[in-house]
Amino acid sequence: MPLDIIETFQISRLSILNEKGEADPDLDPGLSDKELTDLYEAMTLSRLMDKRLLNLQRQGRLGTLPVCTGQEAAFCPPILTIRETDWFVGSYREIGARLMRGESIMNALLLYNGYEEGNVNPSNDRTLPVSIVLGSQLPHAVGLAYGSRLKGEKDTVALVMFGDGATSEGDFHEALNFAGVLNAPVVFLCQNNQFAISTPREIQTRSATIAQKAVAYGIHGIQVDGNDVLAVYQATKEAVERARAGEGPSLIEAVTFRMGMHTTADDPTRYRSDDVVEEWEKKDPLVRFRIYLEGKGVWDDQRQADLESRIKNEIDTTVTEFEKPREVKPDAPFDHVFGTPSQLIEDQRKRFLADLEKEADHG
Amino acid sequence: MAKINMVQALNAALHDAMAEDNDVLVMGEDVGINGGVFRVTDGLYDKYGRERVIDSPIAEAGILGTAVGMAMAGLKPVVEMQFSGFSYEMMHQLEGNASRMRNRSRGQFTVPLVVRMPYGAGVRALEHHSESKEAYYAHTAGVKVVIPSTPSNAGPLLKAAINDPDPVIFMEPKRSYRSFKEKITPKEYTIGKAEILESGEDITIISWGAMMRDTLKAVEQIKNQRNFSPEVIDLLTISPMDAAAIIQSVKKTGRCVVVQEAQQSFGPASEIIALINDQALMYLEAPVERVTMYDVIMPLFARETMYMPSKNKIVRAINSTLNF
Repeated sequence: MPLDIIETFQISRLSILNEKGEADPDLDPGLSDKELTDLYEAMTLSRLMDKRLLNLQRQGRLGTLPVCTGQEAAFCPPILTIRETDWFVGSYREIGARLMRGESIMNALLLYNGYEEGNVNPSNDRTLPVSIVLGSQLPHAVGLAYGSRLKGEKDTVALVMFGDGATSEGDFHEALNFAGVLNAPVVFLCQNNQFAISTPREIQTRSATIAQKAVAYGIHGIQVDGNDVLAVYQATKEAVERARAGEGPSLIEAVTFRMGMHTTADDPTRYRSDDVVEEWEKKDPLVRFRIYLEGKGVWDDQRQADLESRIKNEIDTTVTEFEKPREVKPDAPFDHVFGTPSQLIEDQRKRFLADLEKEADHG
Repeated sequence: MAKINMVQALNAALHDAMAEDNDVLVMGEDVGINGGVFRVTDGLYDKYGRERVIDSPIAEAGILGTAVGMAMAGLKPVVEMQFSGFSYEMMHQLEGNASRMRNRSRGQFTVPLVVRMPYGAGVRALEHHSESKEAYYAHTAGVKVVIPSTPSNAGPLLKAAINDPDPVIFMEPKRSYRSFKEKITPKEYTIGKAEILESGEDITIISWGAMMRDTLKAVEQIKNQRNFSPEVIDLLTISPMDAAAIIQSVKKTGRCVVVQEAQQSFGPASEIIALINDQALMYLEAPVERVTMYDVIMPLFARETMYMPSKNKIVRAINSTLNF
C-alpha cells in the first residue's frame, strides 16, 4: 500500500517596508505621493482619535470602548483598495478604517456614549455598523459579496475585518467554507494583534499561522507584516483584484499588535509583560511610514505639526458640539423594531412615554 | 467574617468546589490567567493549573460541546460565557444535546454541568452586554435556570448547581456583582425553591436577579407611606419554577405584582401569571400586574435606564394592585 503525499502547502509572508522605514524597491507598490500622504494622515487621525477617546473615557465622558493604537497599518490601507460601491464589513477595532469610509468623529462620540445613532454612516450605505459578537460578521460579508453579484453587479467585492480571536468561532470557518464553495468575491482580513483579551495567539490555535487556515477551505491565504502599510496595501490590493475578477476569495493575516488594552474595562498588565509591549513599540507602523515619507521628501516636521494641530482642532470642535445639551428622542428604540408598525409595540410606546412623564413628576 | 460582594462570593464558591471535588473543572474565555473579565475565577488558575482551569479558544459552541463530553466522561465542568450576549453560539449544543442527552439515552448518559454567564442591564456597557434572556434558556426542557440575587445566595446556589445532576444555566446579574456587600451566614439553598424574603398578607411581590434590590426598595418606600403587609418572593430558580411557593402565597394574598428586567412578552412573568391563572384564579382580588422592559431591542446605555423597571414603576404597580 503506497503512502503518497497528495497535498502540500506553503504560506508566504509579505514585508515591504521595514522597521527602519526602508522599502524594498522591487516590491514597493508605487502609490502616488498624494495617496501616500492621505493614507498617513488617515492613520494619524486614527491614532489621535484613539488617544483622545481613551482620554475622554478616563474622564468619565465616554463609556467602555475598544482601543486600536498600533494597528493602523493593518486596517487603514485596505480601505484604499476598495471602492465606495464595495462592501466594508468591520468589527470594532478599526476606527481609522471607519473614518476613511465616511464615518465622522461624531459617530464614535455618539456610539461610545450609548447612542444607536452613532452606528449610522452618513455618507456610505455600504459600510456595516460595528459588529461586536466575534466572527458573526464574516458570513454577512460572504452573503453581501455573493448577493451583489447575483443582483447584477459585475465587480462588487466585500472586505471584512476581524481579529485573531474570531478565527476560533464557528462563524469564521463556516464563512471561509461558504466563500470557497460559492466562489464569493470577498476578502477576509484578520488583524492578528496577538491577544484576544488575555488569551495569547499561541493558545488560540495550534496552527503555525492563521493564513494557512485558508488552505483547508481551498482559498488563497497569505500572511503580511501588519505594521507595514505597503505590504498590507499590496496584499489587499491583489486579493481585491482577484475577487473582482471572479478568481475567488482570500484570507490575509496581518500580524500586528494591540498596544493598549482590549477595552477600557481591561487591564493588560495582568496577562502580558511590558517587555513585549516595548518590543512592539519599535515596530510602530506610523513611525516607519513617516520615515519613508520623509525619505521621499513628501513629509517634514512642519507638515506633521500642521496635521496634528488640524486634527486636534477637528476633534475639539466635535467634542464641544457633542457635549452641548442635545435633544434626545427618548422613544427612538421603538422606531426600528419592525419595518411595519405593530399595534403591540405602539401601545407599549404610549405606555413608555406615559411612564416617562410619571418618572419626571417624581422629580 | 468580613462583608463580601457577589463576585467574591462566587469566587469563594468556585475555590471551595474545586478543593472539595477533583472532578470540578473551569473553562471559558479569559477565565485562567486573567481570572475572568469580572474576576469571578480569580486565583483558580494559580491554584489548580491549566488542566483544570482552561483558557479556551473563543468559541462558545466549542466550550459547551466540549463540556458536554467532559460531563459524560464524569467531570463536573463549570464553563463561563463571557457575557450572556455571546452565549447564543452555544444554543444548538444546549438545546440539541446538553438538555436532552439524559432523555435521549434513557438515563445512560447525563450532563452535570454549569454554564455561568453575567447578564442584565444598568452597567453602561456596549451592545450585547445588557440583555436579560433567561426565557431562552428556561424554554428548554431538561435545562435548569438559576439566578442569584445577593452575595449570600450566590455561593450556595452555585455550589448546588455544580452538584446538580443536570445542566444548569447560572445567570449572574452583573449589576449586582459589586454594588453591595453582605456578611455571609451559612444557609441552604435548593435549586427549584424560591425564597420568601418577607411574609405578608396583602400582596405577593415576585422578582429575581438585580431587580430584587429595586423591588425591596419600592416595598420600603410604600411601607413609609401606607400600612401594608407584603409577601416578597425571590424566585432564585427560573426553571423549574417553584409553583407551590407562588400559588400558596397568591391564595393567601389575592394580589400579585411581578417585576422582571427582561422585555415583557414570553418571559418568566408571563409564566407566573399563567400559573396563577391555572391554579389560583378564583383567589384573585385584582389582576396580576407585571413591571417589565418593553418589547424592543435593549437600548444602548444612553437610554437604557429609561427602559428598565425602576423603583417608581414598581411602587406604582404595587399601589395600583393594592387599590384595585
